[in-house]
This record gives sequence, structure tokens and C-alpha cells, in this order.
Amino acid sequence: MENLLPGSVPFWLDPKKRAIMFQIVVFVMVGLLAYYLVSNTLINLKKQSIATGFSFFHKESSFEIGESLISYSAASSYGRALVVGALNTLKVSFIGIIITLILGATIGIARLSSNWLVSKLASIYIEVMQDIPILLQLFFWYAIFYETLPSPRQALCPISGLFLCNRGVAFTVPEAHPAHKYMLLALFVGCVVVYLVRRWAKKRQEKTGKFFPVFRFGIAIVIGLPLITWLAFDAPIKMDVPKFIGFNFKGGMTLSPEFIAILLGLILYTAAFVAEVVRAGIQSVSKGQREAAMSIGLRPAPILNLVILPQALRVIIPPLTSQMLNLTKNSSLAVAIGYPDFVSVANTTINQTGQSIEGVALIMALYLIFSLSTSAFMNWYNKRVALVER
Amino acid sequence: MQETAQATQTVELRPPVTSVGVIGWIKSNLFNGIFNSILTIATLYMLWKIIPPLFQWAFIDSVWHTTGKACRGIDGACWSIIYTNFRFIIFGFFPYEQQWRPLLAMFLLFGLFFYSRDRNHWKKPLGYAWIVGLFTMGLLMKGGLFGLTSVESTQWGGLPLTLLLSVFGLTAAYPLGVILALGRQSKMRGVKWLCVLYIELIRGVPLISLLFMSAIIFPLFLPEGITINKILRAQVAIILFTASYIAEVVRGGLQGMSRGQYEAAESMGLNYYQTMRLVILPQALKIVIPPTVSILISAFKDTSLVVIIALWDLMKTSQSVLSNPEWMGFSREAYIFIAIFYFLGCFSMSNYSRKLEKELSAGD
Repeated sequence: MENLLPGSVPFWLDPKKRAIMFQIVVFVMVGLLAYYLVSNTLINLKKQSIATGFSFFHKESSFEIGESLISYSAASSYGRALVVGALNTLKVSFIGIIITLILGATIGIARLSSNWLVSKLASIYIEVMQDIPILLQLFFWYAIFYETLPSPRQALCPISGLFLCNRGVAFTVPEAHPAHKYMLLALFVGCVVVYLVRRWAKKRQEKTGKFFPVFRFGIAIVIGLPLITWLAFDAPIKMDVPKFIGFNFKGGMTLSPEFIAILLGLILYTAAFVAEVVRAGIQSVSKGQREAAMSIGLRPAPILNLVILPQALRVIIPPLTSQMLNLTKNSSLAVAIGYPDFVSVANTTINQTGQSIEGVALIMALYLIFSLSTSAFMNWYNKRVALVER
Repeated sequence: MQETAQATQTVELRPPVTSVGVIGWIKSNLFNGIFNSILTIATLYMLWKIIPPLFQWAFIDSVWHTTGKACRGIDGACWSIIYTNFRFIIFGFFPYEQQWRPLLAMFLLFGLFFYSRDRNHWKKPLGYAWIVGLFTMGLLMKGGLFGLTSVESTQWGGLPLTLLLSVFGLTAAYPLGVILALGRQSKMRGVKWLCVLYIELIRGVPLISLLFMSAIIFPLFLPEGITINKILRAQVAIILFTASYIAEVVRGGLQGMSRGQYEAAESMGLNYYQTMRLVILPQALKIVIPPTVSILISAFKDTSLVVIIALWDLMKTSQSVLSNPEWMGFSREAYIFIAIFYFLGCFSMSNYSRKLEKELSAGD
């Protein structure tokens, strides 16, 4: 009987007190381990006379970077070199994500096609690409570029203005003109207008049932506005054609073999996973939904837009964002083929300055920012979708 | 009599030739509608443009048993690079006369895998067999006992290294992942946040940053005089990385358990460890077998990244062959050869996972 009185239970049998004890033990152990590692590290750093901290940011980097979105030279600082690397990572990820989405969705839909041949080919593609390591694919595409294509002097020219050689791909672009800036602005304004109109049209349709052809209107605005801007500047049509001068191509736009290899590898690999996500999403919408929509007299396009896609997207978006994040994380493999992404630049910095802890911490921090912002987006999206649910 | 009997029989009309058999199949699967017909023809044209030249390159114009010089100037594939350097690509720098040891270890591994395929064999003895098997494999690789000459781990390479990193990585990562998942589901706030921090931190960064850490920073963590070899350090990085992914999969299984299971265990007077070991984990781990296999597949593929920190795995051995002037320029052949290895490994795993998924869902 005494045992049931509060306070009489020995503390190791009280679950609450035991939990607190257990946690204290765990924290002390983790703390001791951390202390041990940090103290060892400090001693080792002292011995190798490496100064900790990020003061190396301001020092001259004295290495070249093959491609850069901002002006950079060997005289620039390490800090700027790292910014160049981060921008290169963003560039390859951004372009990669857009193309991967298009290719992946196409393959995913092809996988569900009633056409036996197309569906089989899509499933072979998905299986093969998923089963070969991305790094091997990167090496493969890089080797194809390097070994198969001729030197710039004998560059292949499949279409006029496009040149393929082992130094990269050179192609014709419109010559720089002030109009381009305004055309880009017009495109952006067009997108905003379409977004606002779409919202308005949706609200009006829900209220009055009146339909507004948003898609046709959107296409007209997005193409029309830049076109009008272009005409307003007297339609500049001068083209910048790449020419072979000295040892390489000058003019036009050149993409390096490293960039193309990493882009191609990332796209082809991730598209296989995206295709599976898209397929699973579409299959998750039950057949009855389509039949019900047909029976109330909706046409194929509205069935897809109003019934199938909103439900499929709810299933597709979460795994899709994690695939996009995977693509960004996999872009770190660029270091293996020499594309100057963030990891590659940080690696060079580590080798030159010996600031290995700071370098690796920076790499981790950058990717953590990417993944934390992605998961923040996911939480926001899940909340939004949950509100729609009844 | 016979004639009348035949006459009264109902005449069964066979379905038209165009809706059954090969023609019917083609009609309904390849040419149902204008769009599909165009698609089929376009695809066939594309295949006809790609497949025959590829076949010609790989099999007809190719050479198999020549020197590197003889490969120059031919149109086809130079498979001689594989034929001549086969043992180096597969075994790396493992002493030539001793290469039967990694070979035997690999056969042992495949044998164990093959035996473990059948779910009826999943009993205690199998666990012991794996433990003994893994020890034997380690012994075969390392040597130094029973008259086997000792082979330094710096000489390990090629396919055995790839398999070693993935198999040992997974066997160590799995229990760690389960503990992390239990920690994340724990009611103890402090432990929970520690596990969440670990899992989210590791899942947020690419494996390569952990490998860099193992290669460059880890030596700084240790007191002077103590060094851990490079393979083990990479192995630790792979374990830490894979464990966080396994933890998330296992958490999915734990969340899938109904509250009734916990309550039933509690009402029977089981404590936390008994509840987990006897009631929750056996069920939770079973439902997450398919996603666990896909973690296994990506861990197997991810071992290829150790080439970046200069371990001599399958990829590195072939790259070193490719840097030999005699074989320079035959990357396609070498990479296709390795790709086949990875493909066979991953494909058999994913096939097995699909089979298992079917079996498990049929049992319920």
C-alpha cells in the first residue's frame, strides 16, 4: 500500500524521472564526444598552424574559373570565387530542373500510353536510367563529348550556325541589343498579368459559371508583349554567328563540354525518377473521377484541368520537390568532371588555403539552405492543399 | 444420324481475323487511332535509325582479343580493353596470385544473397550464417590468419571494394537507422530533437560533402598518432549517410502502426523495449521492406562516389586503365562494362523488391 503513495516510488521506477535521467545521460555523452573531437581538432590545427575563421575570403584566389556568370579573374578574392561557384550550381540546377520536368512528365505520360511500343520504351528507359549511378552517367557523357567529337577546326555543323566540337557547343544567338532587356521585362510583365487574370477568371467562374479562355489569352499575352516590344525597337534581327578564329570559336554562345555533360547527366537521370512520380500521380486518380466528369458533360481539356490534374498534383508535388532537391544535390558531382560548381570551387579553395573545416562547412551550409527552403515550401504547400480538402 | 447432328449444331462464327491474334493485337495496341499510328511509325523509324548502327558498333565491327594499337582506326567497339584488363578492373591492386580470395568472398556473398531470397529461410540460422559469412569475407580480404598472407586494405579495390562498402555499410546503417527512427518517435523531447537534428542535417547535404569530411576533416578529429585508414573512414561516412535515410523509412513504418498495437502491448504489461522488440518493430519493419530495398539500391549506386576521394573502386580501376596511353580513348566501352554491373545489381534488387511487395500484400 505504501508503494502507491506519491513520492514513495523509487526514482528509477518513475517513468518521468527516468526519462529525464536518460536524457541527461545522452546529452552528457554527446557533449563529451563533441568536446573530445573539438579539442583534438583545435590541438591539430594549432600544430599545423592553420588559422580558423573566414578571413581567407578576402585573399586573392589566384586560380581561374572556366565559366562565370559574374566578372571574375584570378585576381579576385576567394569570397568572389565561391559566389561564382554558387551561381554556377544554381545555373545548372535551374536549367536542369526545367528541362527535367518537361522530359520527365513526357516519359511518365508515355509510360501510361495505350500505345504498347511507346509504353514499353518508356519503361525500359526508366529502369535503365534508374539503375546506373549518376556519376557513371556523367563520366560517360563527358567521355562521349571528349572522345567522339572532332577538334574545333573540324567542328561538326549539323545546322547552319550550330557547331559541335570537343571544346563544346557553339551556336548563333541574336546580337546584343538594348531591346532584349525590355523584351525580358515585357515577358515578366506578361507572366504577372496572366497570373492575375487567371486568378480573376477562376473566381468569376466559381461565382457566375462564366468561362474565360485563360490559356489562349495567356499564350497571346506571353508571346505578344515581347513581340510588340521587339517591333517597337524596329525589330533588330542581326545575329551573332560563332566563327572559328585562332584555336577556338569566337562570338555566338558557347557551352562548355563540362556544362553539357553535367546538364545532360542530371536531366536524363532525374527524368527517370520524375517519370515514375508522374505516372504514380496520374494512376492515383481513380477511373471513376474521369467517368463522372464525362457523364456530366465535360470536354477532355476541362476534365484534365479541373478534375484529374488538381487531384494528381496533390500526390505528385511532394515527391517531385524532393526529386528537384536531389537534382540540386547531385549537381555537386560536377566536381568529378571539372565543372566549376560550388563544391568544385570550395574544393580548390580547401586545397590552396588548407581551410578544410570552413570549406566543408560552407558546402554543407549551402545545400542545407536549399533543402530547408524546399521543405519550408513543402510545408506551405501541404497546408494550402489541406485547406482545399474537405 | 451423324449428318443431322452436325447440321443442328449451332454454327459458331469465329471472330474476324482483324480483331484477334497478332493482327488484332497490333491493331488495338499500336494503331488504335490516328495519333497512335503516327506515334508508332515515328518510334519505329527512330528505333530503326538507332538500333542497327548500335548493334553494328557493339557486335559486328567490334574487336575482342587484340592489343590497344589494333583498336585504332576500326569503326566498332574495342572490347579488348575489357578482355585485356579484366582482372585489374575487377580486383584492382589485390596481389595477382591471391585474387582467388576476393573472388571466393564474392561468391560467398552472392550465395548468401541467393539463399536469403526465399522468405521461408528468414530464420535465426540465416542471421548466424550472415554473421559468419561476413567475418569469413573480411578474413578472406584481409588475411593474416590460417596461413593467408596479409593484404593491406590500401590494396583492396575494384568490385570487391564496391560490394564491401555497400554490404557492410548497410548492415551497420540499418540498426543505426532503426535507433534513430525510434528516437525521433520518442516522447523524450531532448532525444527526439537530437535525432531530428541529425536526420535533417544529414539528409540535407549531398553525400559528397560527407565523403570530403571523412577524407579531409576526420583525421583532424583524432588525437595525434591515431590514424584510421581511408576505406574505413569512407565506410563510416556512407553508414552515417544511409542511416538517416533508413531512419526516415522506418519512421514511416512506425507511424503506420495503429495506436491499438501500442495500447494492447501496454495493457499486457510489456515495457517499452518489449513493446518495440516483440510487437511494434516486427510489424513496422515488415511493411517498409519495399522502400528499404530502394534505399539499398541507391546506397549501392552511391558507393560509386568514393572515386572522388580517390578510393580504388570499380570506376577508379577502369579510369586508371583509361589513363594508360595504350587504352586512352575507349571510355565508352569501359563505362558500358561497369554500367552493366551496376545495372544487373540494381535491377535484380528492384525486381526482388517488386516480387516481395506482391508476396507481402498477398499475405495480408
